[in-house]
Amino acid sequence: MSILARIKSFLGMEAKPDKDASKEEVEKVAEEKAKPRIGYIHLSGCTGDGMSLTENYDILAPLLTDMIDIVYGQTLVDLWEMPEMDIALVEGSCCLQDEHSLHELKEVREKAGLVVAFGSCAATGCFTRYSRGGQQAQPNHESFVPIADLVKVDLAIPGCPPSPEIIAKTVVAAINGDMDYLAPMMDLAGYTEACGCDLQTKVVNQALCIGCGTCAMACQTRALSMTNGRPELNENRCIKCGICYTQCPRSWWPADRIKQDLGL
Amino acid sequence: MVLGTYKEVVAARSTDKQIQKLAQDGGIVSGLFCYALDEKLIDGAVVAGPSDVMWKPEPMVAMSSDEILAAAGTKYTFSPNVWMLKKAVRQYGLEKLGTVAIPCQSMGIRKMQSYPFGVRHLADKIALMLGIFCMENFPYESLRTFISEKAGVDFDLVEKMDIGKGKFWIQTADQMLTIPLKETHGYEQNGCKVCLDYVCELADVSTGSVGTPDGWSTVFVRTDAGETIFKQAVEAGVIETKSMDDVKPGLGLLEKLATDKKTKAMKVIDERKAMGLPVPYKGSGEKEDPLANV
Ligand SMILES: Cc1cc2nc3c(=O)[nH]c(=O)nc-3n(C[C@H](O)[C@H](O)[C@H](O)COP(=O)(O)OP(=O)(O)OC[C@H]3O[C@@H](n4cnc5c(N)ncnc54)[C@H](O)[C@@H]3O)c2cc1C
Ligand code: SF4
Ligand code: SF4
Ligand code: SF4
Repeated sequence: MSILARIKSFLGMEAKPDKDASKEEVEKVAEEKAKPRIGYIHLSGCTGDGMSLTENYDILAPLLTDMIDIVYGQTLVDLWEMPEMDIALVEGSCCLQDEHSLHELKEVREKAGLVVAFGSCAATGCFTRYSRGGQQAQPNHESFVPIADLVKVDLAIPGCPPSPEIIAKTVVAAINGDMDYLAPMMDLAGYTEACGCDLQTKVVNQALCIGCGTCAMACQTRALSMTNGRPELNENRCIKCGICYTQCPRSWWPADRIKQDLGL
Repeated sequence: MVLGTYKEVVAARSTDKQIQKLAQDGGIVSGLFCYALDEKLIDGAVVAGPSDVMWKPEPMVAMSSDEILAAAGTKYTFSPNVWMLKKAVRQYGLEKLGTVAIPCQSMGIRKMQSYPFGVRHLADKIALMLGIFCMENFPYESLRTFISEKAGVDFDLVEKMDIGKGKFWIQTADQMLTIPLKETHGYEQNGCKVCLDYVCELADVSTGSVGTPDGWSTVFVRTDAGETIFKQAVEAGVIETKSMDDVKPGLGLLEKLATDKKTKAMKVIDERKAMGLPVPYKGSGEKEDPLANV
């Protein structure tokens, strides 16, 4: 089974083959060390997410040479025709008035096994949520949406940009078929309407906040501070990246993974 | 497993007279941080420091033993320590960071380490997490109200607060007052009601007062990192230990309190689920061990 098929079957994207056979296959693939073909697609983003990937200095060389093949991506590969890919990292939101972006996104969905919303612009819209047109040279380029509004997204890696560590962890988990690790990211693919105010409505209002300050620590624009043990949002600074709610220990809780990581 | 996974549990206290005087219990937190600073195992620690307002802590980055000691003692209200971690790394430039955490804070930190979505170059800088036990926490106004109204003490005169033996203890310069813990119910933070961790199960080393006599602490050594530093501190004579079997009331009481906390929280979690309210934990029917922190 190809890595693509393996990941797809783990994700339940197509009929699962006979269980025993697939287990053997997985071991065989692991031995063969098939390299997943990764594409990097750049829609309405700033290249910050791609930059963050390259900031995995220590492991970048083995990651790029031994573990994956980057087969497509402006700024990375000199290739105009989009090839088949196992994993497509899509950076940026999509402009509804830009035919080319719409077309490219649809093409990615057809050509990639896994479509990943890479960074908050792709995942939640992030600060392109504030776009409203009226600027030269395309005054009608007004509406930008997270890619999950237009195509099925398998995984989301929010962050503006996502940390180099989470990118490396995600790629490695995808290669190893570690679906437990990716499960929260599959859930996050549905978290497209993000805002710092989620802390108030989904945590404080729900009697869940414990005043830990993780949200304010995680905010990448210092839009949050803690007042009387509760997050306080400066809406003018919030870019709707969703990182605060994503990192809050009271939004979702990966206890098993944490214990495993700590050796407990 | 109501006390989490651990390598060793002992009764312990700091051997330093000044730490003994200033600390809440056995001075394990302050003692270990001071030792780790001296030995350069950490280059700073986030602690709950004093603020302009009496008994209202503010997270601070301590980089000397004096600063660690200035923050000793329990404040029974919020100190959003996790908030300060990024500042400690970015603005103070610390590479090996210590932090004290109550259980819910440890959850925010550990989740960030396993899934650092937006949090770059921070997860690996946390060198030592010292966890403290916690039954519940109080909003500042709750604390002020029940101390000034129920105990009738001017808040500014309070020198130490403590919870133990079913009572909330308030010490001033010339008297010791108590409020039955029952009377503090209704004042605690709402978010505490679904918390499934009493003894800070995810810390490197966790410590609290329950289980050991006054002036001593109960200490769980949990991770490899925690074991290394705790052993070193004991060998260096900074911390003295006794077997838990030789002290009263011992582990039994701790097990009972942890079970009570978790059982109560599990009930609230199940009720919330039945109402369709969000809660990040599984219901009792969805997991093998209903008291596990998942
Ligand atoms: C809200 C709360 C509830 C607690 N409930 C229990 C309990 O039910 N049973 C039990 O056995 N122990 C409980 N403790 C722990 C206990 O009170 C002591 O903190 C612990 O035994 C450590 O004592 P020590 O002498 O080793 O620490 P010390 O050397 O005195 O150092 C204490 C450290 O804790 C930090 N700190 C103080 N207040 C806070 C806070 N609000 N948030 C975060 N950090 C803080 C200080 O900055 C300092 O670094 C509770 C603590 C808190 C903060
Ligand atoms: S999420 Fe942030 S880093 Fe990524 S494209 Fe958008 S603005 Fe740039
Ligand atoms: S991260 Fe902590 S302080 Fe922020 S909303 Fe969540 S529980 Fe509250
Ligand atoms: S408050 Fe900060 S972390 Fe939260 S969505 Fe806004 S910018 Fe992002």
